[in-house]
Amino acid sequence: MTHPSEAGPAPVLSLKDVSKSFGAVRALRDVSLELFPGEVHALAGENGAGKSTLIKTLAGVHRPDTGQVLLDGEPVLFHGPGDARDAGIAVIYQEPTLFPDLSIAENIFMGRRPRRALGRIDHKATHDATLALMQRLGVELDPDRPARGLSIADQQIVEIAKALSFDARVLIMDEPTAALTGSEVARLFGVVRTLREQGAAVLFISHRLEEIFRICRRVTTLRDGAWIASEPIEGMTEDDLVRRMVGRDLDELYPKQDVKPGEVALSVRRLTREGVFTDVSFDVRRGEIVGLAGLVGAGRTEVARAVFGIDRWDAGEVTVDGRTLTNGAPSTAMAAGLALVPEDRRAQGLVMDMSIERNIGLTGLRTTVKAGLVDRGAERSRSLDWAVKLQVKYARIADTVNTLSGGNQQKVVLAKWLATGPRVLIVDEPTRGIDVGTKAEVHRLLSQLAADGVAVLMISSDLPEILGMADRVLVMHEGRLAAEIPRSEATEETVMAAATGRAAA
Amino acid sequence: MPESLTRAVRWSASLRWDGAVGALLIVLLLLSFSTVDGFGNALNLSFLIGNTLPIALIALPMTLLVVSGEIDLSVASTAGLSGAVMGALWNQGMTIEAIIPICLLLGVVCGLINGLLVTRLGLPSLAVTIGTLAAYRGIAQIVLGSDAVTDFPTQYLDFAAGRVGDTFVPQAFLPFLVLLAIAVVALHATPFGRSLFAIGANEEAARFAGIRVKRQKLILFTVTGLMASLTGIFWALHYASARYDNATGLELSVVAAVLLGGIDFDGGKGTLGGAIAGVFLLGALQNVMSLQDVSAQSQIVVTGVLLVLSVLGPRVARQIAVARAGRRAASAPTSSLSSPS
Repeated sequence: MTHPSEAGPAPVLSLKDVSKSFGAVRALRDVSLELFPGEVHALAGENGAGKSTLIKTLAGVHRPDTGQVLLDGEPVLFHGPGDARDAGIAVIYQEPTLFPDLSIAENIFMGRRPRRALGRIDHKATHDATLALMQRLGVELDPDRPARGLSIADQQIVEIAKALSFDARVLIMDEPTAALTGSEVARLFGVVRTLREQGAAVLFISHRLEEIFRICRRVTTLRDGAWIASEPIEGMTEDDLVRRMVGRDLDELYPKQDVKPGEVALSVRRLTREGVFTDVSFDVRRGEIVGLAGLVGAGRTEVARAVFGIDRWDAGEVTVDGRTLTNGAPSTAMAAGLALVPEDRRAQGLVMDMSIERNIGLTGLRTTVKAGLVDRGAERSRSLDWAVKLQVKYARIADTVNTLSGGNQQKVVLAKWLATGPRVLIVDEPTRGIDVGTKAEVHRLLSQLAADGVAVLMISSDLPEILGMADRVLVMHEGRLAAEIPRSEATEETVMAAATGRAAA
Repeated sequence: MPESLTRAVRWSASLRWDGAVGALLIVLLLLSFSTVDGFGNALNLSFLIGNTLPIALIALPMTLLVVSGEIDLSVASTAGLSGAVMGALWNQGMTIEAIIPICLLLGVVCGLINGLLVTRLGLPSLAVTIGTLAAYRGIAQIVLGSDAVTDFPTQYLDFAAGRVGDTFVPQAFLPFLVLLAIAVVALHATPFGRSLFAIGANEEAARFAGIRVKRQKLILFTVTGLMASLTGIFWALHYASARYDNATGLELSVVAAVLLGGIDFDGGKGTLGGAIAGVFLLGALQNVMSLQDVSAQSQIVVTGVLLVLSVLGPRVARQIAVARAGRRAASAPTSSLSSPS
């Protein structure tokens, strides 16, 4: 295993033949990686490939069983995250954890704020230092603003500023874009480019391949804990990268079948929830996949919640196969044949401490009943049946779902809802944060369901997914339906124009 | 991967806790039989069971409430109120057959009020039921004053205090067994009970699965009120005394016993078997302490310490198990920096 090392600057941080096991699980096997100053380096791999373990090893959370971490060519041993931070290594997580009631400046200089005489905190110095950091990043954020209410994108900027205040030379960004909108991603990439020009090394993780191609110069791929390749991005195609990650050719990421739409299954009429969304009307026909696009906060998820009965609506009507749904009653929506796969699988989709069997069983408690009691045999076979159909990878069906990878957890949520035999399926961000192989599987499944006559409403912030899978695209802007675009006319431009309010409805 | 290991360990730790309480109960009984004078005779054993029954009766619905992530601290006051109303109405000359349904209905109303405050107004049950704990007890005192009503019909008093033949089994224990069986089936085998675990572990996910969370909680609070008033009636007959301060502090014993039995205070975990083992462990301890002339005040101290230990115990066991698993896996200690992978 030799790595193409560049002439010129030496790597600032590298891993050399690092292995790490947890019990019988070998999370990393002889993995090597070199990060150079002034480069953005992608780390690619499916869920469970060892990316998280690698990051934690660099960040001082894990110590390698064998192999070395080298800083400026010298072997180092981090005894904890504090050591790594002092060495100039910072990790920016997908969802930063700031103190909501402290200001941005206070968050950045937490516990080490500039002092004046007698140990008094120097507010002015804190403010000015924060302002300087923001200017260095080219971002306008008020240092005195409390962190509460900041968007995830802004919170990440604060974390990056904090890292810079520690003189970080290596930034590790773990799926920073998963919860960001398009324009927020663009701003983040602007910041990353600025850091690169200032000589920082950035390790970038994302499930969105197009982002890797946009911002990174080299890519290291892991598969099943093993190093596969470290190579320049230039000249590679997305298919090349997917093949490295998955170990085989992926048939197709968007396997959309052409289906002739049937009668209307879900009909939403003039639905309004005050201050959230207004006058939303649309139909979804059997066999159709309708995409619901829009910026985060446009009201897409809120419409889905109201339709399913999680939130009450103030005006309007929802019918499934001609049956009018009761306001605010998920159980009647389910009885009418509606299913909702929610956006947050950990908080809304699953009971993490419960077994796979019981999680899938939750939607069947009413139906797998014999003489008023839960029919455990029927419950188990129903759960097993769907876990197998969706190819969930698990050891035992009685294992809790938090033992599964993100992609497999999402499959359990899908299994839980498909087991109800829905006529209308609403999926909210069905592939967020899951790897490309599972993503293709989910898409194939949705396409097959539509072909079998299910009406599918798919909410997604992943524009290629909407364009690749939807027969029609509904676009929301500030709580209203801004446009309905047929598949033939749906492009990134037309959808984004409507989502940002630049197109006529 | 270490997370999955941790979870598995935690699961087995909770299993061990359940079993440990059962084993502890058996050890305590065996020790008491051999070393405590007067413990083993039929009369004492019937006292033990009879005095524990009020705790056990309320522990049945309390277990379901705690599994669903709620709690009701007003149960002892509801019991006291229902006993006081029973005494006052008896003094008015009503028949006991008419009084008992009225008292049960009163319990339903008390429970319904708790349930409505929690589910409709979204208030935390801990705060709501501390409030009604005081309110219901206050009403009981208004209703009966400082009177003690003792002259209930003998056949009822005999039933509540009597034993089955020459055995140590109190007559009232048999209907309790029926209620226990109903509660076990309701919690562990019906759709209603099974969804309580989901509600307690993740209420939002339960709602997204179409479970009618508020309705289920309202039913639970109502049933708890009903069982509390039944306990109040039993208490007044068993001790042949209806006073406004009957069963004062009983909620402490019930909660201590239920938590001791391995019901997670945060909801979502536990078994009725464990809870009942906890109840009788506490009951046996109190009995032994009485036989050893430990004062009532000291017994309350013991109950309080047990309550703290029963919350602490499973957590410490979990930590130890996790630490051990951590060493086994040779993984670094968990850190606040660990990523949400």
